[in-house]
Amino acid sequence: MKKIFSRPKSLKDVPFHYCPGCGHSVIHRLVCEVIDELGIQDNCIGVPPAGCAVLAYNYFDVDMCEAPHGRAAAVATGIKRMLPDRVVFTYQGDGDIAAIGTAETIHAANRGERVTSIFVNNAVYGMTGGQMAPTTLPGQVTTTSPGGRSPLRDGNPLDLSAMLALAAGSVYIERTTVANPKGVNRTKKAIRKAFQVQMEDKGFSLVEILSPCPTNWKMTPTASIHWVEETMSKIFPIQVIKDVA
Amino acid sequence: MSAKTLMRGTHVLGEAAIRSGCRAYFGYPITPQNELPEYMSSAFAKMPDAVFVQAESELASINMVIGASCTGARVMTSSSSPGVSLKQEGISYLAAMELPAVIVNMMRGGPGLGNIAPAQSDYFQATRGGGHGDYRVIVLAPAYGQEIADMTRQAFDLADKYRTPVMILGDGMMGQMMEPVIFPDPVDVNALPAKDWALTGAKDRPSRIIRSLWLDPPKEEELNWRLVRKYEVITEDITDQEIYLCDDAEIVIVAYGTAARIAKGAVHRVRSQGVKAGLYRPKTLWPFPSHELAAMSKDLHHILVFEMSAGQMVEDVRLSVEGRCPVSFYGRPGGVVSTPEEIAGVLNSLGANVVKKSA
Amino acid sequence: MKGRINIDRERCKGCELCMTVCPKKKIGISKKLNTKGYYPAEFSGDTPQDSDKTGCTGCSLCAIICPDVAIEVYREDKE
Repeated sequence: MKKIFSRPKSLKDVPFHYCPGCGHSVIHRLVCEVIDELGIQDNCIGVPPAGCAVLAYNYFDVDMCEAPHGRAAAVATGIKRMLPDRVVFTYQGDGDIAAIGTAETIHAANRGERVTSIFVNNAVYGMTGGQMAPTTLPGQVTTTSPGGRSPLRDGNPLDLSAMLALAAGSVYIERTTVANPKGVNRTKKAIRKAFQVQMEDKGFSLVEILSPCPTNWKMTPTASIHWVEETMSKIFPIQVIKDVA
Repeated sequence: MSAKTLMRGTHVLGEAAIRSGCRAYFGYPITPQNELPEYMSSAFAKMPDAVFVQAESELASINMVIGASCTGARVMTSSSSPGVSLKQEGISYLAAMELPAVIVNMMRGGPGLGNIAPAQSDYFQATRGGGHGDYRVIVLAPAYGQEIADMTRQAFDLADKYRTPVMILGDGMMGQMMEPVIFPDPVDVNALPAKDWALTGAKDRPSRIIRSLWLDPPKEEELNWRLVRKYEVITEDITDQEIYLCDDAEIVIVAYGTAARIAKGAVHRVRSQGVKAGLYRPKTLWPFPSHELAAMSKDLHHILVFEMSAGQMVEDVRLSVEGRCPVSFYGRPGGVVSTPEEIAGVLNSLGANVVKKSA
Repeated sequence: MKGRINIDRERCKGCELCMTVCPKKKIGISKKLNTKGYYPAEFSGDTPQDSDKTGCTGCSLCAIICPDVAIEVYREDKE
């Protein structure tokens, strides 16, 4: 029999530190599969965030530069401007990209930086222990919204991808999910397209991925993927948000 | 070497940076240093291999510096006091990631928004690291146009040599003042030593990581001790000062940058009135030139520290002198610029006391 | 179409997502802990070697959803 599914070459052969059922590791794998398929492992520079995925450089076998919390788009700008023929991507969580890094991200998109952002949205601050995130849903219980997020008091979930779509420099923005196999496949296609948009020098690209965080949602992994499909994707619909590529 | 040209300090700094191989500048407008990004933008517009980005904030610009430095480029950012406060996050990361970069602070009156007049109130911030964590930044303090040119070259060389951020600490007056300058010849960027740590894509080599997170405390401690050892070598190697008319001096005034020029005028004035005064001017603020000052202090009647602040460097002077002679302070914070006459008056009053004591 | 899967029991964290997506419901949970302290997923069909009887079609859904890249999938070549 022929092996038809195994670990991508650019994903280091080490166990993930992520919790059982976490979406990060699926997304790591997908990014690496795309890197392998595009043949850019030796031509690619990644920028991991602060948060659970800060240790992404332990897994991606490409050059990686850690960014201060939220500043990945600015760090990526510095790298890409100096090395325009390299493929530069950021990998960021919702707190990183949609709260503390909002300004950096919007302006990188507006400048049309030829970088790709992988935006992992799990509606919660994971690494710090489950606090309310900019993308936390109304009513969602977190350690800092113990009574559930109250839109009047805490604001509504921020749709950063829609905001970025308004920026003239953004070319391709899609929201996907890794909560089911079909979604995983679609996410990979979206990541591939986002990288290609960059490689074709068209502008800023971003893939927002709804991703389960069973630990901080205090759900089983199975309940978590159902929550993404039944609840989270109602607020953050799975769709191509912008495609002018 | 260039022909002698008359240029304002910010432009001198920009031209010297380009001649030092700087090929990336990231900044955000703030008075009084805007002529520097303006100079960089127009110069880089004519250089296809150079990058100028006006960022959306000082935070973004210092993080662009991190990214560009990662690739091995010689990179600079500049700002003034409130903006440099915002850059401190990135400067801490640069130190931890051991990335070279040159950061210019043309200081203005503070705290808060303060004003746009020349001041020296960021000495603590510059010389104590400025951001979080156990680290230091090399701080160079030019006082003359020519020195701005020379120290800018030195700043880029030191940053690369020690893989550490270097700050050029000036003030609004220094940035605006026009002085004659002779520039060193431009360096050949391609002939600079290769950076075997830079991120360029893992072609024909293992992938590289530039990071500052070390979750395992012994690993973080190892980084800290490595930095300490580096700082010891830097202190040994680069500490520098100007010692002016101190051979027979009974009173020495310690001042840096613009304040030192005012102080020098004051020394001339009181010498003509019979007071044996000299000037000790630190050219590196970190590492602070303690050694020579400590050596001369045992023979002095008095040391006067003059700063355009409420008294910051005076602490380093006292740490250097360790009580071997009295140290007093005179300062004008808030962007007020003293005159040589004013400082001469202070020296004279001290001189009179010194004479009385020794009589 | 016949297939089989290899689950790396040491990589598996027992999240059970593979079980939820397997169309043949051929994946279960081991009764034995792995060295990390998880009860890993295991193929509950016949022995993997006896591929004719496994019931696994090599559809790869389990591997696609697996967060830990703990599953390798093999499938008979189409003639």
